[in-house]
Amino acid sequence: MTQRAPLHFSLRKEGREKVTGKARYIDDLDFPGCLHGTTVRTAVPRGILKGIRFEGDLPWHEFTIVTAKDIPGKNYVALILHDQPFLVPTDGGRINHPEEPVVLLAHPDRHLLEKARRAVKLDVEALPAVFSIDDSLAKKHLIWGDDNVFKKYRVEKGDVDAAWPKAHLIVEGVYETGAQEQLYIENNGMVAVANARDGVTVWGSMQCPYYVHKALLPLFGLPEEKIRIIQAETGGGFGGKEEYPSMLAGHAALLAWKSGKTVKMIYDRAEDMVATTKRHPSRTRHRTAVDAEGKLLASEIDFVIDGGAYATLSAVVLSRGTIHAAGPYLCPNVRIHAKAVATNAPPHGAFRGFGAPQSIFALERHMNKVAKACGLTPEEFRRRNFIRDGQMTATSQTINEGVDMNRVLDRALEMSGYREKRERFARENPASKVKRGIGFATFMHGSGFTGSGERALGSIVGVEATREGRVRVLAASTEIGQGTNTIFSQIVSEALGVDESLVEVAQPDTRHVPNSGPTVASRTVMIVGKLVESASLGLKQTLLQSGFLSEGYDSAAFREGCAAYIGKHGELKSFSQYKQPPQIHWDDEKYQGDAYGAYAWAAYVAEVSIDLTTYETRVEDFVAVQEIGRVMHPVLAAGQIEGGVAQAIGFALYEKVVWKDGRMMNGQMTNYIMPTSVDLPPIRVAFEEVPYGYGPKGAKGIGELPMDGPAPAILNAIEEALTGLPQASGFGCNEIPFLPESLMKVLEKHRDSV
Amino acid sequence: MARLLDVLREEFKLTGAKEGCGEGECGACSVVIDGRVVNSCLIPVAQVEGAIIQTIEGFAMGDTLHRVQQSFLEFGGAQCGICTPGMIVAAVNLLERCPKPTHAQIREGLAGNLCRCTGYTKIFDAVAHAAGGK
Amino acid sequence: MRRAGSNMRSDPRDYEWKRPARLSDALALLARKPGEWKPFAGGTDVMVLFEAGRLEHRRWLDLSLLCELREIIASGESITIGAASTYTDVQADPAIQKYLPMLGQAAAETGAIAIQNRGTLGGNLANASPAADSSPVLLAYDAEIELISESGTRRFPYSQFHTGYKQTEMRPDELIRAVHVQRPSSSCRQQFRKVGTRKAQAISKICFSGFTEFVDGRLSDVRLAFGSVGPTALRCFEAERILNGKTPAEAVSARSFAAVVSALKRDIAPIDDIRSTGEYRRKVSENLVRDFLDSL
Repeated sequence: MTQRAPLHFSLRKEGREKVTGKARYIDDLDFPGCLHGTTVRTAVPRGILKGIRFEGDLPWHEFTIVTAKDIPGKNYVALILHDQPFLVPTDGGRINHPEEPVVLLAHPDRHLLEKARRAVKLDVEALPAVFSIDDSLAKKHLIWGDDNVFKKYRVEKGDVDAAWPKAHLIVEGVYETGAQEQLYIENNGMVAVANARDGVTVWGSMQCPYYVHKALLPLFGLPEEKIRIIQAETGGGFGGKEEYPSMLAGHAALLAWKSGKTVKMIYDRAEDMVATTKRHPSRTRHRTAVDAEGKLLASEIDFVIDGGAYATLSAVVLSRGTIHAAGPYLCPNVRIHAKAVATNAPPHGAFRGFGAPQSIFALERHMNKVAKACGLTPEEFRRRNFIRDGQMTATSQTINEGVDMNRVLDRALEMSGYREKRERFARENPASKVKRGIGFATFMHGSGFTGSGERALGSIVGVEATREGRVRVLAASTEIGQGTNTIFSQIVSEALGVDESLVEVAQPDTRHVPNSGPTVASRTVMIVGKLVESASLGLKQTLLQSGFLSEGYDSAAFREGCAAYIGKHGELKSFSQYKQPPQIHWDDEKYQGDAYGAYAWAAYVAEVSIDLTTYETRVEDFVAVQEIGRVMHPVLAAGQIEGGVAQAIGFALYEKVVWKDGRMMNGQMTNYIMPTSVDLPPIRVAFEEVPYGYGPKGAKGIGELPMDGPAPAILNAIEEALTGLPQASGFGCNEIPFLPESLMKVLEKHRDSV
Repeated sequence: MARLLDVLREEFKLTGAKEGCGEGECGACSVVIDGRVVNSCLIPVAQVEGAIIQTIEGFAMGDTLHRVQQSFLEFGGAQCGICTPGMIVAAVNLLERCPKPTHAQIREGLAGNLCRCTGYTKIFDAVAHAAGGK
Repeated sequence: MRRAGSNMRSDPRDYEWKRPARLSDALALLARKPGEWKPFAGGTDVMVLFEAGRLEHRRWLDLSLLCELREIIASGESITIGAASTYTDVQADPAIQKYLPMLGQAAAETGAIAIQNRGTLGGNLANASPAADSSPVLLAYDAEIELISESGTRRFPYSQFHTGYKQTEMRPDELIRAVHVQRPSSSCRQQFRKVGTRKAQAISKICFSGFTEFVDGRLSDVRLAFGSVGPTALRCFEAERILNGKTPAEAVSARSFAAVVSALKRDIAPIDDIRSTGEYRRKVSENLVRDFLDSL
């Protein structure tokens, strides 16, 4: 539906460059005389490296060759547990997943380089490997630590064991989600210059320059000021460029170090798909007790995620999934046990939602199952159980947000025509070859890092003024399409009362900007934006107090004030550092307390049609209603929701990673199926606003929220659509991606067994 | 057998066309050859001798944006921007072939251009607006 | 040395290219040392292999200047489609739209516009993937294929063109010149359906092309053709035999349709692969035939 663009909101700050093709991504930048770099990777999922052979009739002396032996410092990618090496150690080094990097090569000729890559042969003594959550839990082979478990959490509220005997009904279910590839349209890429005298400089596609900085420090054993990381225009990230870039940056830098030349390493799609991180596959078991009124009495949740071969970020993904596992409901007795386990696949990593889409899929499917068992509609069941202000979540956080989930749900049901459609479909389906259904999911998503995470980060933002009265934001938060540059400029403009055209956001360059933390966890507006606001206000205060500016100033006065101040003091900068709001209390040991400063609350409704000839499910219409504190920029906010919903529709119905012995077999866009424009429905978005005191103008985070709701809403709708089909009775549909092949099996198993 | 995409990017320094997949699936490399939109990653440069090629760099006139580019700006049709050059090339070509497309025709016309950021909604709004609105 | 900066996995310098302006020159080159040069039309299949580093053949003969291979001619009883016609050409042709709508549909559902502007009918057939969308359509239309070489032309039923998985009747010195299709009668019924992994840019999981004539209200000359359910596109001869002579109502009666389903199980040989399963393909094939019969 065409709408008038609200022209009084700012256009995307770097939009002009993007629509004219002038925006320069890392592969667009010219580095004359640079070498190209490539990676030789293992085929074997687990084993011991016995040897490296350089075969073929190639001028090997022209190549820069790097193995683990060439690492000047330490061979691990600094993250949480530091267990992942940059390169498999030579001479008996352990290989723990297919596509693990062993040798790096560089040469000026990209094509000769590719021939060389194929001519390097690895001798590997294979070891038995583990590829499933079950085999890992069963310790079929010990592949990591002493029990294959990267991390465990246990959350307790009330007394679950005492509650079971009092239950009117107990309902169980098991739910699984598959891996998902982030599929940013721009592949990973880095360019590096490195030598002992000048240090290391890396440019590239990334979300978190300071993560890369941290990872290169021990690799080279250099002091902080000798490592410089610069983010180039980045073509999408979605979490896929949160931690992985450190690996590629390290590789490019090692080649640069050894060759003494600039080295460019750009992955092609095939390499990016098979070698980099994906969303953690998961399995969740629910056991739920309800009373005679359909109110939740007890909930026991067992949540397991597959972390791949190294710990990387699995502990944090597990954390978020755990905290979101019990949802926006009041349940007096809760036990959540969660584990992240190792398998011999390339490590899984960050992807929008970060554990929550997995646990929320399970929860929202299960809530429908429980509703049905109670003889209640999905709607009525939710309304009886929604958490309200003054009540406590599973981590015993008292909710005090002033948000009414009933209202959010009302709006979503009204916008989607839910009740009327539900009734109509039930009436019309029996006579129709195409079955229609409508379903919803209700959920919340915490903004920012969990618990004490933001305090630990201690993010810093700077704002700097020039003599011309221009203002520059100094932050490490990156623009990756979500609108960082635009929002930060808007915040400064509003705080200082200067026109947005005078505000710019400095390129995230660790030499010039402070560490405002990673661009992840739906924190950029709420946490960092707030710091941008306070740093701007600090700048204003400084000017006012200096006497060079008086209240009620106009832009000319502002310019003069800046010029005068800088004339006297040399520069005009203001910094702000994160301070945790005093009321946030979190216990890391017990995993109890205020998990997040704020949550966004949502109800999503999916309408589907199912073609019984081909078993294909099509999402016909989608409504997304969310409460987000304050809509900072309607076009950017809606854009985030629409994009996230599209990715989640892919997660639910299309995007299957085909695995064979730990390796992704469908690593091409032809065979890894992302929805095209003709596959997606109209996505209709609405916002509610209940301001959060610690967000800029009351804003909460929204980047990941839209990933949580669509998959369960869609499967709930599919289940509705199939109601009445005898062969679909007991339809569990508990696994995503839910492909036509899966639906065919559900519907035909009954018939074939007759 | 050099690819047209590489010749554009490396010889002509026209880096607007991007390599997203190298298999003709994503459309980030879209250009127009003799009035037809194609994936430049699949075209051997030897086949375009004598042809007129239009890339994203050719749409704006100095500081004045093409109305499709302006619409993308106003309606939020670009987020990370990597698919945007190809998307705009395809959209402009669509409007030249079909000046008043229906919503379905817009969807069809852009089906060969993948966008991971936007969910396409604002892209459709931008194209519909550039076509004269509904 | 020109800087080679692209990301793809083949070296263009390892390949040779010729672009003759005349068909006779092309044929002469192919005849000189058969197998040395291979024809290159739109490139939408060959270039994907090239970029993946899997294009073994090194010498390519570019057909893009040979406009006589690109004509679509409707005359009297038949329509001739030049092998170098693109999918866009096929969709736009008025005679194809009117008389051979399934061919236009198949062309419209291959890839998306950018692929359709480049991919050719001849290339699709010569590439001989069992998932080619035009193949079952040409089987259902009982098309003829015309091959040309320096020694002349030969023309035979398209059904004889594919001899095995990715194998064709073509000699190394031959090009596909055209496909010839008889105009079907106005009483015929036809239905095309491609089932892919998504609605655009998809390789088919199953591709169905159905055709039938009527004689005295009874099905006659039924043609049920499928792609992606065997090593080549195929006709379901057993199922067709059961259906010929029946009225549409008789065809979908429980007993008759059960016989058709059994026959289909023998006619087709779908496998599990990266896109789908044999079980799904078998079941959906039955459903597609059923839909076709129900529509009559």
